[in-house]
Amino acid sequence: MAAGAIFVSGQDRFEGKIQKDAGKPRIAVIDFRGAGDAQKLMATFNTTLWDELNNSGALEMVGKSFYPIDVPQQPPDFKPPTTAAPLRRGDPPRIVKNGPWLTDWSGPPTNAGYLAFGYTAVQDGRLMLRGYLFNVTQPDIASAQLIGKLYFGSLDDEGARKVARDFAADILQQFGQKSLAGSKIYFVSDRTGNKEIWSMEYDGSNQKQMTNYKSISKEPAVSADGKMFAFQTLVKSGWQIMVHSAETSRKLPFYNFVTSTIETPEFTPDGKHLLFAGTVDGWLQICMTDIAGGGLTRLSHVHAAEVSPKVNPKTGRDVLFISGRSGIEQMWRMNIDGSDVEMVTNGQGYVANPAWRPNGQLIAFAWTKGPEPGSYNIFVMDIADKKPNQLTSNSGKNENPWWAPDGTHLVFQSTHGRSTQIYTMLVDGTHQQQLTTQGNNTQPVWANGIN
Amino acid sequence: MRNLSRTLVTAVFAAAVMISAAGCKKKTPIPTTPPPPTTTAPPAEPPSATPLAVRINSFTGEPRSIEKGQAATLRWSVGNSTDISIDQGLGAVAANGSRQVFPSQTTTYTLTAKGGGNQDTRAVTIEVSSSVPPPPPRPTGPPISGAEILGRDAQDIYFDYDKNDIRADGRDTLTKDADVIKRILTGDPTFTIVVEGHCDERGSEEYNLALGDRRALAVKEFLVQLGVPEDRLKTISFGKERPVCTDENEGCYQRNRRGHLAPAQ
Repeated sequence: MAAGAIFVSGQDRFEGKIQKDAGKPRIAVIDFRGAGDAQKLMATFNTTLWDELNNSGALEMVGKSFYPIDVPQQPPDFKPPTTAAPLRRGDPPRIVKNGPWLTDWSGPPTNAGYLAFGYTAVQDGRLMLRGYLFNVTQPDIASAQLIGKLYFGSLDDEGARKVARDFAADILQQFGQKSLAGSKIYFVSDRTGNKEIWSMEYDGSNQKQMTNYKSISKEPAVSADGKMFAFQTLVKSGWQIMVHSAETSRKLPFYNFVTSTIETPEFTPDGKHLLFAGTVDGWLQICMTDIAGGGLTRLSHVHAAEVSPKVNPKTGRDVLFISGRSGIEQMWRMNIDGSDVEMVTNGQGYVANPAWRPNGQLIAFAWTKGPEPGSYNIFVMDIADKKPNQLTSNSGKNENPWWAPDGTHLVFQSTHGRSTQIYTMLVDGTHQQQLTTQGNNTQPVWANGIN
Repeated sequence: MRNLSRTLVTAVFAAAVMISAAGCKKKTPIPTTPPPPTTTAPPAEPPSATPLAVRINSFTGEPRSIEKGQAATLRWSVGNSTDISIDQGLGAVAANGSRQVFPSQTTTYTLTAKGGGNQDTRAVTIEVSSSVPPPPPRPTGPPISGAEILGRDAQDIYFDYDKNDIRADGRDTLTKDADVIKRILTGDPTFTIVVEGHCDERGSEEYNLALGDRRALAVKEFLVQLGVPEDRLKTISFGKERPVCTDENEGCYQRNRRGHLAPAQ
């Protein structure tokens, strides 16, 4: 309920439409059937389509038990009812049902506003989806149709997931939702025995190892264009920052100045500079260099540890960071030239992992809230009013939140017992989905839809 | 199923063979005349001029146990005799004397002294053991490396939560550690030590790395004050990457909030 408050008060500022279920469009999604060999893939397809729409948080899914028995597969299946003379004089004309019709779906008990339907078949050895989205409250077929499109994928489960995602993305776009399809999450996994940087699709599929240093590689960051990723790694001489090409995974030149510790890299939105924390005069300080590590500038000058600089993706000027300058670590903000430093959090509890929402207004972060160190949960606050709203409250630790490009989802890590895994959730804390299972998986960052 | 060996009980009946004695007649022995009583010789007269009795006062071999090729010394002292000899080829010897012998196997030497119609003998045995195998060759290079000394003698120091101050107990530990390092550097002036800073699992990874950095630098600074050359000390923070235990209690947290000295790779 606390989470709901920020969405109402800040409604005008949000691109995504997060509303309570009562206010969301109600959509019915039939169980699609496949012709011939396509039928074998329909379980995968139907699950994927449902989950994609459901997890968007943009729609209220109408339960399938409320659906009419006569289900359309293509627009010609809809037969408008006709009228006939009443059986008794004086009665209104009779309505004669000739097949499935829009009002089957818009009326009780379904009460849907929208219907997704269609079918699949095999065409030229590929999986073909014919997907439709109808506004079933319209009076006729022509005005009801919002989407009528062909989608193609390989004739296997991966292809079934692909066409389901593509179709879901088109549907969500109708409701003002940016699709996450194609966006990537970078994260740290120790499943090989060493911490390496990995990437995966937004839904946890296609998990790929991106580094192979066989040391400790962690704290990934991705450039706004998705073409580079940076991380911290332990080499013989100590900690270093490395920058890799996202396309080739190859190392790009980056000069590390010689110091005892260097960590938490962050790209500026224009991709021309790197911010990070490096030991200067005995304390980790916020520093900035060009993308190759040249032109070192120290942004903070305090006798306190400062880490995790995060540049506002909209303005490119505000920098959030974690600092111990007031005692225990809090979130602070400064201009990118180091001026106008202010504390953002309230000075209580331990704060970590600031993350800007793509619109540059909301901040997600991990906070213990109370004085007990270590028991982190995910919070979101508006930079304007600085009121924290708690999103997670499970047992265990919840840390490292990061925003999806759609601004309505968050990815984060959750620790239960000795296992840490990556989850996504909506910004109101609902629809939690576990994405990883192998080894421990931490420090997710969500890249924009490139590659 | 248990694999039991079958026990075959064999009853052995031993037949007792009884040999019945054949009835044979005993012959009556032929009577013999008893032998005449032996006449006992009268006791010998003691010598009129009574000579002194031959007496071996001592006969020793030292050491009693030798290795093959080594020597043992026989010593003897004999009284009232002029006819003294030792067997094993040593022959006649004086009344008092010593002789080195080199027996190749365990040998018993017998000293015989005669005189005045009587004699005395005494024997000693020298045990000879075959040669024992030699020890292994001496190890080459220094007997113990700086890394081994550091691992054996240097102690970790411990920190309070979220702090990098060297506590009183830490000062004592580091004072001893500084002596260990100086001892190592005496033997190996190029030896380099990595000061590691570690944290407990609470707090974020990023901030803990900063805290571990502070701890490592604090330990280094303290060792430098105690006279350890600065260029022999590197620092690294592991944050909470390398805990020594993973329990969620203060005992374990304290063990992880540590400064550790390791040899540089």
